[in-house]
Amino acid sequence: MYEGALADLVDELGRLPGIGPKSAQRIAFHVLGSDKADVDRLADVLRTVKEQVRFCTVCGNVATEEQCRICRDPRRGDELICVVEEPKDIIAVERTGEFRGRYHVLGGAINPLDGVGPDDLRIRELMMRLQAGATKEVIIATDPNTEGEATATYLALMIGPMGLAVSRLASGLPVGGDLEYADEVTLGRAFEGRRLIQ
Amino acid sequence: MHVRRLQLTDFRSWSQVDVTFPEGPSVLVGPNGHGKTNLVESVGYLATGASHRVAGDAPLVRHGAESAVIRAAIGHEGRELRADLTIQPGKSNRARLNRSPLPRARDLIGVLKAVVFAPEDLSLVRGEPEQRRRMLDELLIARHPRFAGVRADYERVVRQRNTLLRTAYLARKTGGRGNTDLHTLDIWDRHLAQHGADLLAGRLALLESLSPYVVKAYDAVSAGRGRPQMTYQAAWADAEPLSPDRDLLTARLAAALAAARARETERGTTLVGPHRDDLLLRLGDLPAKGYASHGESWSYALALRLGAAELLRAEAVSPVLILDDVFAELDTDRRERLAAMVTHAPQVLVTCAVAEDVPAAMTGGRFDICDGEVNRVV
Ligand SMILES: Nc1ncnc2c1ncn2[C@@H]1O[C@H](COP(=O)(O)OP(=O)(O)OP(=O)(O)O)[C@@H](O)[C@H]1O
Ligand SMILES: [Mg+2]
Ligand SMILES: [Zn+2]
Repeated sequence: MYEGALADLVDELGRLPGIGPKSAQRIAFHVLGSDKADVDRLADVLRTVKEQVRFCTVCGNVATEEQCRICRDPRRGDELICVVEEPKDIIAVERTGEFRGRYHVLGGAINPLDGVGPDDLRIRELMMRLQAGATKEVIIATDPNTEGEATATYLALMIGPMGLAVSRLASGLPVGGDLEYADEVTLGRAFEGRRLIQ
Repeated sequence: MHVRRLQLTDFRSWSQVDVTFPEGPSVLVGPNGHGKTNLVESVGYLATGASHRVAGDAPLVRHGAESAVIRAAIGHEGRELRADLTIQPGKSNRARLNRSPLPRARDLIGVLKAVVFAPEDLSLVRGEPEQRRRMLDELLIARHPRFAGVRADYERVVRQRNTLLRTAYLARKTGGRGNTDLHTLDIWDRHLAQHGADLLAGRLALLESLSPYVVKAYDAVSAGRGRPQMTYQAAWADAEPLSPDRDLLTARLAAALAAARARETERGTTLVGPHRDDLLLRLGDLPAKGYASHGESWSYALALRLGAAELLRAEAVSPVLILDDVFAELDTDRRERLAAMVTHAPQVLVTCAVAEDVPAAMTGGRFDICDGEVNRVV
């Protein structure tokens, strides 16, 4: 439809999650009409985020050093690990102020339709952390949908034999939902009312 | 419960229409193809989240438009509810209740209760099991809206599990890593058994409550000729009777899945569970499918719908009754009997091409529908 660089930009934007062809066009034309300084700043942060931000070697959260802020925090305890699908879920849980343990990011959920099996998630890393022995309870906070539930069951079956308590956030979270979008009151209550599943 | 006012934008042939309906019967009359069914179809869609004519949403949006909007003001026990639904094929629908957006459009299902009877319903008796499962599930959801979520979750688990089975099947055929994928099958089995048992228990309990109403409705429609009988059929249950106890059903599904494991991996698809079940409809001692006459099949289908409406009425709320192109298909006696059965309903929306097909007993509102206009004439 368009030529050269503009077409490339529309294509690249269209590849981003949640952006359809129409939005991609709108953004591309917005960029085209913006000041050069603004565009440079956007290009810079895109490059820097890729260069400087990495993933915590312990929990998989986003980090600027080898370990993330939460894994380095000496005031937090090691007895509880909260397992989430994505780094953005950590932000949702942190907002509740209910949880003072550590996290583990899986990087998704078991989802055959998307070709994601247990081996594609950071489950082996989780097992290694648990074998280190400091953990007493694992709280599984995967999304309250089919894939999140299946992942929770899978983890419970893996962790149960290690003699650790495994709990799942209480319902009250909208079923078929996304942890990220739960409001903090609901999510906070879900933490208090978590139930043992193994 | 009744629809006081219906406003459509770009729904089917209607670019814009605004109709106010009375309580009791309303008869919509007009030439073929002028949009009568389209109008009542929108009411059915608002109630159930599905059309009685098509599976997908694309045909519901006016040709050339991107989305359709259904707005209704619903009168219920002296209150007024406002339900708005935007249909956007390819994206999720958006719903509002009393002007506040709902998190998911499916939360609107069951707010308006409606039962549709249309010529397509003949396939309840003569068609494939899927039609009968759909009838049961829609009524189940109208009765207990939480089942909309149960069914959606169950269907999702089946899709996930089928994908897993198919990937493993293909991998094995090409000599790849079939078994590493399959080791999560146990997890999906568990969830399939749980959600499946939930859905199954709902259907079985529903059937128990519904049966007497269907018997009664059939008796009234056919003037006492023949007795309908409905039996839930689950091939995976090995002809052992099923009772609506969720824990028991979970265990039985789990056992059936374990027993079918080899066959399922062989075939690459889920063979066990309520998505494969059927409702056997019998008239006297014979199955209705393949045996019942045309008139008998019609009466059976009608009795299923009227029975459903009666069940909803007895338990909670009298639904809006929609009779689409029905009277033309019935003989004079059956027309009279049907009219007598439904005139007491809080609201009945009737469509017909020929006004004389509707018995005089159905007095109420009368609307002429022609060339994209709706005019109340009585
Ligand atoms: N998405 C759509 N966009 C535009 N027109 C449509 C759409 N879907 C259906 N129509 C038109 O609506 C008309 C059918 O309307 P409808 O089924 O309501 O007729 P009816 O009045 O019930 O007729 P009958 O008496 O034959 O049952 C057809 O002419 C069809 O082309
Ligand atoms: Mg019609
Ligand atoms: Zn970390």
